[in-house]
Amino acid sequence: MKKMMPFVIVALVLATTAWAGTTSISGAGATFPYPVYATWAHAYAAQTGVQLNYQSIGSGGGIAQIKAGTVDFGASDAPLTKDKLDASGLVQWPQIMGGVVPVVNIPGIAANQLRLTPTVLARIFLGKVTRWNDPEIAAVNPGLKLPKRSITVVHRADGSGTTWIFTNYLDKVSPEWHHAVGTAKAVAWPAGIGGKGNEGVSAYVQRIRGAIGYVEFAYALQNRMTTVQLQNRSGNWVTATIGSFQAAAANADWAHAPGFYLVLTDQPGQKSWPITGASFILVHTAQRDPAKARAVLEFFNWAFANGDAMAEKLDYVPIPDSVVRLIHQMWAQKIKAGGHAVWTK
Amino acid sequence: MPFGRSKRASMGLPLSKTGVRRGDALFHGAAVAAAALVPVLMAGLFVELAYGSRLSLEKFGFGFLVSAAWNPVTGNYGAASSIYGSLVSTAMALIIAIPLSLFIALFLVELAPPRLARPVSGAIELLAAIPSIIYGMWGLFVLAPFLADHVEPALQAAFGHIPVIRALFAGPPMGIGMLPAGLILALMVLPFTTALMRDVLQLVPPVLKEAAAGMGSTTWEVFRKVMIPYGRRGLIGAGFLGLSRAIGETMAVTFVIGNSHSISASLLASGNTIASTLANEFTEASDPLYLSALIELGLVLLVMTFLFQVAGHLWLSRLGRKTGGGQ
Repeated sequence: MKKMMPFVIVALVLATTAWAGTTSISGAGATFPYPVYATWAHAYAAQTGVQLNYQSIGSGGGIAQIKAGTVDFGASDAPLTKDKLDASGLVQWPQIMGGVVPVVNIPGIAANQLRLTPTVLARIFLGKVTRWNDPEIAAVNPGLKLPKRSITVVHRADGSGTTWIFTNYLDKVSPEWHHAVGTAKAVAWPAGIGGKGNEGVSAYVQRIRGAIGYVEFAYALQNRMTTVQLQNRSGNWVTATIGSFQAAAANADWAHAPGFYLVLTDQPGQKSWPITGASFILVHTAQRDPAKARAVLEFFNWAFANGDAMAEKLDYVPIPDSVVRLIHQMWAQKIKAGGHAVWTK
Repeated sequence: MPFGRSKRASMGLPLSKTGVRRGDALFHGAAVAAAALVPVLMAGLFVELAYGSRLSLEKFGFGFLVSAAWNPVTGNYGAASSIYGSLVSTAMALIIAIPLSLFIALFLVELAPPRLARPVSGAIELLAAIPSIIYGMWGLFVLAPFLADHVEPALQAAFGHIPVIRALFAGPPMGIGMLPAGLILALMVLPFTTALMRDVLQLVPPVLKEAAAGMGSTTWEVFRKVMIPYGRRGLIGAGFLGLSRAIGETMAVTFVIGNSHSISASLLASGNTIASTLANEFTEASDPLYLSALIELGLVLLVMTFLFQVAGHLWLSRLGRKTGGGQ
């Protein structure tokens, strides 16, 4: 083994220098899209040799890093408003979409059996509805045998884009929630216990009988958790599927959203899942290095063109082609290096 | 220094006066610099934390310490629930760990045959080497369900009708909350306090123990009246080491404490600690006041740990004067 050491060291040195020789782009931000960005990066590096180094440090960190200029792009689950973008000289676009689903652990209740209206969901998370056999829940679940068990609310303990999307939805549908809590990546929860990360929330919900929590769709699927039906804005009962997320995305009016500021919760449409969200990429409008800026856009363009299957396999929803065309237009108009457009295709 | 010169001479090395002096000066300088590094780092840490928390200090002042509010939406922060959780979980850990490690140490030093003492000692030291995230996962996946299904209902059945104590065990048994946090912390503190206490008890001169035994004392009496008083300072020192370890523990607690900014008398209810709040909320705290409040929490933890250390030293020095030495 000792004789091997020099060879190992030489190999390591060669590997690092070879890596430094190729183009590499760096980004930081949201944890929610990390699995899909990592998969794309791997496939892209195999095809083109361009390395992507993405640090999933959280949306807040991603915004701070791109503002400080330490990374080539930032990523955030919550969009920035047009004013905030302009103030920092940034542009954003949606790169991938996903859904947040309420999950429950009630003995005797299977997946998608329980129905919850927006109001009841909000009142459960407000700590106002405290038992599963509460008349408010029973009213929309005729024929379902609900236990008298007390409800344990499980929320995220860490600040997260998932919480932002979920609280944004409750904020839109419930005036009571709007006044008492509001929308943020971390809020003052009126009830319940907090788990760290999606895995923490899924673990608590699976352990505690009578629990209700919210997780990213992929976690609910992979852990075979008990999802529920929600009533969407059109009044229909819908279940969480890639199809119902796509329905929500299809009805979103990106063309009339200044700076791509659009939140996909509570979208209209017969089949729309009401708690859908997009994850955004942030870059500077004034780029110093045109080659590097082009490399960043090339990567995301490649992902729009070739990454849909990979994303769907991980239970994410790709951005529709009509929206990709809008994004290309924005790139060509807004992102410049030395006064010239970086994106000329 | 005569030592350096005579040693060099006796070893037959050439005696160079200036060489030795320069070496000595260099050694002296290096030792002073290394020793100065610690207080400088501590001072730097304090200044940096105080500077980082200036926004929050200005806005909330002293009220930060007594307010239980924690609302990132309205930008209203208080440390009370985190301070309460840190103190309660640490106190629970010490109440469980200190008697337990005292008995383990006694067993290892006095009662166990060497054939048994060595593997038990080794196993306890191994506990100290387990990363805290492993304790956390074990707590979440093994301890929490066990507590929820067996221990907590039993506690409620036993104490549920006793007026004041009842409040300690109120609420649904979830296996998540202050109780598992205290238990996990006790387990994590145990190897450190046990190893120290074992070393302290080993230092009790055999002649003292033999004299006591010769006067007809039982093992328990020797332990209580000779060994503990003799090693009192060291034993208390071990307790303080356990305290500093428990109060700053992060990951394991975060997994099982339930992470809610609330103060509850019940040990079955969820809460949080300063360290767990920091671990949870730092990544997404993009608002300057939010970040500042979190940094102030860090400052509070630093000051608390410092005060405990000072209190410990004062106690030990008073004890030293009263008993005139010992360990």
